[in-house]
Amino acid sequence: MAEAFIYDAVRTPRGKGRKDGKLHEITPISLATQVLEGLRDRNELDTGLVDDVIFGCVSPVGEQGACIPRVAAMNAGYAETVAGVQVNRFCASGLEASNMAAAQVMAGQADLMVAGGVEAMSRVPMGSDGGAWATDPAVAMPTHFVPQGISADLIATKYGFSRDDVDAYAIESQKRAKAAWDDKRFAKSILPVKDVIGEVVLDHDEHMRPETDMQSLGALKPSFAEMGANYGFNSVALQRYPEFEKINHVHHAGNSSGIVDGSAAVLIGNREVGERSGMKPRARIRAYASIGSEPTIMLTGPSFAAEKALKRAGMTPNDIDLWELNEAFAAVVLRFMQALDVDHSKMNVNGGAIAMGHPLGATGAMILGTMVDELERSGKETALVTLCIGAGMGTATIIERV
Amino acid sequence: MTKTIKFRVEDGIAILGIDVPGQSMNVITEQFTNELEECVDKVLADDAITGAVICSEKPAFMAGADLRMLGGLSAMAKTATPGEIFQNSVRLNRILRKMETGGKNAKDLMRSKTKPFVAAINGTALGGGFEIPLACHYRIAADDGSVKMGLPEVMVGLLPGGGGTQRLPRLIGIQAALQFLTTGKNMSAKDGLGFGILKALAPRDELVEKAKELAKANPKAIQPWDEKGFRFPGGGGAMHPGSVQTFMAANAMAQDKTYGNYPAVQYILSSVYEGSIIPMDLAVEVESKYFTRLIVEGQAGNMIRTLFVNKTAAEKGARRPKGFDKMPTKKLGMLGAGLMGAGIAYVSAAAGMDVVLIDRDQASADKGKAYSVKLVEKAVSRRKMSKEEGEALLARITATDDYSKLENADLIIEAVFEDRALKADVTKKALAVTGDDIIFASNTSTLPISSLAEASSNPENFIGIHFFSPVEKMPLVEIITGEKTGDKATAKALDYVQQIKKTPIVVNDSRGFYTSRSFGTYVMEGYAMVAEGINPALIENAGKMLGMPVGPLAVGDEVAIDLSYKIMNQTKKDLGADYQASPGDVVVDTFVEKLERFGRKNGKGMYVYPEDGGKKYLWPGISDHFPRAAEQPTVDEVKTRLLYRQIVECARCFAENVLTTPEDGDLGAIFGWGFAPWTGGPFSHMDFIGLAAFVAEADRLAEAYGERFRVPDQLRDMAQKGASYYPAGIPAAAE
Repeated sequence: MAEAFIYDAVRTPRGKGRKDGKLHEITPISLATQVLEGLRDRNELDTGLVDDVIFGCVSPVGEQGACIPRVAAMNAGYAETVAGVQVNRFCASGLEASNMAAAQVMAGQADLMVAGGVEAMSRVPMGSDGGAWATDPAVAMPTHFVPQGISADLIATKYGFSRDDVDAYAIESQKRAKAAWDDKRFAKSILPVKDVIGEVVLDHDEHMRPETDMQSLGALKPSFAEMGANYGFNSVALQRYPEFEKINHVHHAGNSSGIVDGSAAVLIGNREVGERSGMKPRARIRAYASIGSEPTIMLTGPSFAAEKALKRAGMTPNDIDLWELNEAFAAVVLRFMQALDVDHSKMNVNGGAIAMGHPLGATGAMILGTMVDELERSGKETALVTLCIGAGMGTATIIERV
Repeated sequence: MTKTIKFRVEDGIAILGIDVPGQSMNVITEQFTNELEECVDKVLADDAITGAVICSEKPAFMAGADLRMLGGLSAMAKTATPGEIFQNSVRLNRILRKMETGGKNAKDLMRSKTKPFVAAINGTALGGGFEIPLACHYRIAADDGSVKMGLPEVMVGLLPGGGGTQRLPRLIGIQAALQFLTTGKNMSAKDGLGFGILKALAPRDELVEKAKELAKANPKAIQPWDEKGFRFPGGGGAMHPGSVQTFMAANAMAQDKTYGNYPAVQYILSSVYEGSIIPMDLAVEVESKYFTRLIVEGQAGNMIRTLFVNKTAAEKGARRPKGFDKMPTKKLGMLGAGLMGAGIAYVSAAAGMDVVLIDRDQASADKGKAYSVKLVEKAVSRRKMSKEEGEALLARITATDDYSKLENADLIIEAVFEDRALKADVTKKALAVTGDDIIFASNTSTLPISSLAEASSNPENFIGIHFFSPVEKMPLVEIITGEKTGDKATAKALDYVQQIKKTPIVVNDSRGFYTSRSFGTYVMEGYAMVAEGINPALIENAGKMLGMPVGPLAVGDEVAIDLSYKIMNQTKKDLGADYQASPGDVVVDTFVEKLERFGRKNGKGMYVYPEDGGKKYLWPGISDHFPRAAEQPTVDEVKTRLLYRQIVECARCFAENVLTTPEDGDLGAIFGWGFAPWTGGPFSHMDFIGLAAFVAEADRLAEAYGERFRVPDQLRDMAQKGASYYPAGIPAAAE
């Protein structure tokens, strides 16, 4: 079997996903185009070598619809032969795109692939694509659908995380993100986003609030308490978890991932294609896995995905130097560290989505790139990247520096 | 055969006067459905007819489907395939669709329209009786306040199967429609006008004329949903972004309330959701398919039988001994003005009776009457009662400590403390004034009636009338006949219950009678599980998921643990060696003797009741006294225990002749202690799952948890013979 190498990874900075966000004026096709252009230009890539562009996008409708990766490749001036396909594994779409790209390379059915993702959440809001799970009574009721915030609070309830626990985690995320930016740890990957006249509109992650402290977070009301009580979601969750008397609502905007705009791309290929075009592999994709788990608590999938990937790679948690788990909600990360006995010093070392935001379809590719950079910077060997996913899924990828 | 629809033509307008023979209220029968189709065909085919008016020849418009028809469908479910049942259930939908489209395809209809059908609603229009007007092009209604419209099917576990789930959302929007569809609540004519369901209101005697005018003025009609570019009011169908929130919340709120025990609620939501995405022709077929599923699954039949058929029969006097003229109570003597006596006085005065409310001194009697004053004030402030009505009600209650005021009373109810000597004393005092020809009732909930009757010189006239607290809210009354109670006393008690508009059951004397005895097992099984170290939250959630109104530990706290303790010790004393200890006894002992946690009454029981009025929560100290078991059962197992323990006790009551009919057993369970209504009651449930299957599961539980789960021999015999509690084992919806 061929080996799949990561040759490069780029990303846009993340803009606040609101009307006053710096990227709000940038179309999603432009975001996707800019990362494809950036990836090509800095690698002096002969795009005729690229077999396919796989991009994650979670709300592939409206201006993100109609197979955005192929249109972005055309728009970026890639060779006509470069195909494109959009995938949706909710929050792990960007990582799933990378895994699929790696799979094609490993299987010998492709030499060079671009994986990545795009999500302009300020322009195409979450939920724009509808879907059966949340709304179709024939599905929602028998499967105990609740919104993710309720699931995150259920995790805190089940695994015993207090409001202070999750808030403290959030503050650490902000601190680490600030330190990472100050130390220019993301510099290698960041492609500043330009507007239609070629001016840079954003060159840093806009969502960060490094001044956050326990007091400022303490002032925030839990976001899902009212929804849970007034619209029946607490009861639905407890009908699946009847061992609890009530749900402990601890999450709010300050300890959950931010809504942002952004895009990312990862260049993945076999050894020969690198040698032919004079590119040096930066990391090897050792193993990956996706898995489904109980959908009402929804966000505990990463530990199961990680275990599955580790097993496939013949590794144990001790073999992993760096862990990167998307910070969808603070309790998700706390629970993962508890489940796999991971020390916080190895987890999300440069902060995460609580500080910098989570552009749904792109995040998986972004944090994969973050780990490639960090392995090189720190000289460490292995990293495991994983995300919690809607409907109880988890996806994990293990890479090693080469 | 007499027609169900009187058809005539006036000035080119066909008048379809619904008049189903042999019924005080029009209902949809098979004959009616056939004749409706004939009439529609006639209107559409005859060029001399330009439109039609559908009205009622009776004082009200129309109730829903005839339960006989539903009973037939349930019976059909035993032998027919779902496809065959669907063909049967979709018929009305197809006729109504033909009525509103003129039988044209979409294109022709948009181009040339069709003849107008106008509904003239002169009173109650419920269920199918509302769906027919909804399928008309225009609706008008009487303006005299008599009109009640709605789709109450959900309340008996059904869904509106005549297009109601499709037309109501298309008329008033999805969110508004769901409120009516999922709760079954009615709307007035004024509401209907506000929603735009009604075109106009008119005086009752001008309704048909106005409807004719409307038909004449609009010779080319089309339903809004058959027009090009139709949009749901308030946005689009289920795929509209606004509807996402609506359905997300509606699904969760429905599940919050139903715990998945009422498939009709989901099927209604599904009919609306799926139907809103597709054209009307297909949408009504999907609705009929969900209706078919309900019939096939059969649960609705149990609910219809108990909650509608048997309840109505009981209220009409199904259990009343024959041969006695009506004996309405005019003057009630109420002994004891405590919580129960005060409540009984109120409901009796509200029903128009004069009430003499007696207690040991004037102050206590006054305090009892004050309860009525409070209730009247509340009713007046909420405009449920006029000021004059309230004053008249209060004037009918005489609070006194003077037994001589009982003169001319024609019924006595005693509700003093549960103390034999005291009860005997007041009985004698009262009878000394009234003479012992009067019917004398005790509201005891714990003391056997036959023994209390010994205080009367005429035990034949002594009976138990057991109310539930709070009296003005609880729908059931349990009538207990003692060994010597005569039929006249039973008839009189039933007449009284009819006067106060409650649902009666009649049972024979026994410790705790039927309801208290069986209900107690729910609480005690909860305590038994506490003793085993089962997680209290799991016990409570299981109770609610089973369909009980609250968990066993919560309701135990409401009743008061020290009361259970007293009853338990009294029973021990009375039965001596025959007393069968429950594994929950130790919990009661501990909470009362050791912990003094009595329940809500002293602010601490299984729950903690914060002094600041905050939400109660399970007392964390439970596990200090009953350590949490390392291995916890599944919630399904906990549910099964709570359900079976109650049902086994009900079956014993039947075997011991405490209950003489399964109807009493089912009604008493649901309306007396809130037994899971989705089952139709314990006896319906046993029949539904099959007695053999029930006995097998009860035996498993008996092996695992103790003899309290062992079924009586009578039930075991019935199971072996393949018998059932109700005849033929299918809903007796025929009458």
